[in-house]
Amino acid sequence: MSIFVDENTKVVYQGLTGSQGRFHGMRNKAYGTQVVAGTNPKKAGTDVDGVPIFANVADAREATGANASCIFIPAPGVKAAVIEAAEAGIEFIVVITEGVPAHDEAFFYNDLKQRFPNTQLLGPNCPGIVSPGKANIGITPGEIALAGGPVGIVSRSGTLTYQALHEMSQRGIGQTTCVGIGGDPVPGTTFIDCLSRFQADPETKAVIMIGEIGGSAEEEAAEYIKAEMTKPVVSYIAGVTAPPGKKMGHAGAIISGSKGTAAAKMEALEAAGCTIAPNPTEIGTMMAAVVAAL
Amino acid sequence: MDLFEYQGKLLFARYGIPVSAGEAVTTVDDAVAAADRVGYPVVVKAQVQVGGRGKAGGIKLANNADEARTHAANILGMDIKGHLVKVVWVEHASDIAEEYYASFTLDRGAKQHMGMLSAQGGVEIEQVAVDSPDAIARIHVDPVSGLGEPQCRAWVEAAQLNPKATDGAVDILMKLYTAYVDSDCDLAEINPLILTPDDKVHALDAKVTLDENAEYRHDDWEQYAATQEMDDRERLAKERGLNYIGLDGTVGIIGNGAGLVMSTLDVVTQVGGTAANFLDVGGGADAEVLSNAIEVINTDENVKAILVNIFGGITRCDEVANGIIAALAAVKVNAPIVIRLDGTNAEEGRAIIAPHESDRLISQPTMLEAARMAVELAART
Repeated sequence: MSIFVDENTKVVYQGLTGSQGRFHGMRNKAYGTQVVAGTNPKKAGTDVDGVPIFANVADAREATGANASCIFIPAPGVKAAVIEAAEAGIEFIVVITEGVPAHDEAFFYNDLKQRFPNTQLLGPNCPGIVSPGKANIGITPGEIALAGGPVGIVSRSGTLTYQALHEMSQRGIGQTTCVGIGGDPVPGTTFIDCLSRFQADPETKAVIMIGEIGGSAEEEAAEYIKAEMTKPVVSYIAGVTAPPGKKMGHAGAIISGSKGTAAAKMEALEAAGCTIAPNPTEIGTMMAAVVAAL
Repeated sequence: MDLFEYQGKLLFARYGIPVSAGEAVTTVDDAVAAADRVGYPVVVKAQVQVGGRGKAGGIKLANNADEARTHAANILGMDIKGHLVKVVWVEHASDIAEEYYASFTLDRGAKQHMGMLSAQGGVEIEQVAVDSPDAIARIHVDPVSGLGEPQCRAWVEAAQLNPKATDGAVDILMKLYTAYVDSDCDLAEINPLILTPDDKVHALDAKVTLDENAEYRHDDWEQYAATQEMDDRERLAKERGLNYIGLDGTVGIIGNGAGLVMSTLDVVTQVGGTAANFLDVGGGADAEVLSNAIEVINTDENVKAILVNIFGGITRCDEVANGIIAALAAVKVNAPIVIRLDGTNAEEGRAIIAPHESDRLISQPTMLEAARMAVELAART
């Protein structure tokens, strides 16, 4: 089984008429994702390669039954777009856009939590989610994923997520779902949200977790793994050599004081029983060994 | 983006937070004139974005114009831990009865804003947090409903400041929260927040970090960008729109995606090398972007080898390969390049590189092998 999305997920793309939205929306459609609608208040009634455009998410949902949304709107409009999707009753909202102000993220995360507790937000600044053979929502190149499981992947980094998918697929090891939670300070979906679903999913037998410096999400995940997870986890943490106080591209990837270092994260994960890969290539060899032993 | 103390104080003043009268100046004569205006005694403070200014002699008290002149002359041009002092802030000296600590920042774990307040200010708050965590009163503020005065007052009372400071602290903290939210701060910190002998509460320092993602809605931030401390490499990279951070090693790094580049730095270190920089070319790695990237790395004299690490997702490796070849034709590269292409169209990319391979351009199949080769080349020269 997949987590969060499957072949029945119907997706509305907020920003489908923009260049990024169109490019990736059409790639997702070609992959087999149910791309049912796009929104643009100025272009309602038109279509993008046969996908109807509506003025807003509420109209799109009513006409198409969309239950998920994928947001490609530029950063200044993301806060309004997320709230619009939630108010329209969308259950799963994926925000690809990078560069969203942290205060906006904190606001809409808490607003959704209070008013729409059943809505799951993924991102911002994430590559999206792919359940191989079922649905690909976002910018992950679907062709590097392989259907059938048994591995679930959750990652804070985009390119390293692709690397992990590639390492698995090249070895003939399939994936149930690959979730990119993004590298921003307030991610809508956390490692634990994904780990708990992978733990509950009978088809997922082992999990790859890719973290990076900054924050304490990996340490919290380690506590969860220790207490709740029976499935093996292979983990990799990027940023061992990153200097304190410098933002390494992701707004979240910054070490402040003695907190958030790669060493502390690896130590916590190792203590929780995870296998720690020293570099991205080894994620592949280590997980191959884990899968062979299942 | 980190602000200098004087920029932080001027920002706080806009929100009605009491700060000392002062002026930021760049010359000795202007410092004396500023001191005359704000009134003696004054404090002359070096404006650098590094801790330990006082210990380095960058903060001095002056009781008259002669002393102001001497201190300004000593401090301007001073090197504090590698930071050159170009600006001094001259402010009227304050009498201090007690020193507190106050700040707002985002608590990522709780996904809410967090206020910290302590009666033990004026020192490293990290140390206070370790030695006596109970000495810091914390509150979480819901970003949707904001900070209400009753909540703020309860927080101040929990911090057990001098009761004479309560009203003044509540007033300043309410204003500090407004400044923090309204100005899109990652951090708004006052250390020390002081109580004066005549029972006034007052911000004696200001540490502000702004969220660069919010720059589009703050036109006045241009003034801060102009004064950012950057080395020449970082300035050129910013002009070229590259995500670059200068480091001290000998292997120049170019990659796509922040995680992959961080990971490349790690692998270079693992195999015994040192990275000269972090450079993420992002998704659109065409010839122009790669030329710019190589040009920036070229300006770094420490670089003895360049490692290009690309994992093709949306980025196609054949496009990157073409970009590298075009960049090599356009720019003279000072160091040998080792390139690793994997992912989308990697085979095609390697085929494009193959006829150009030499001791100046070497292709390697994996990240680890490419890092080993680059480190070896860097050690050889």
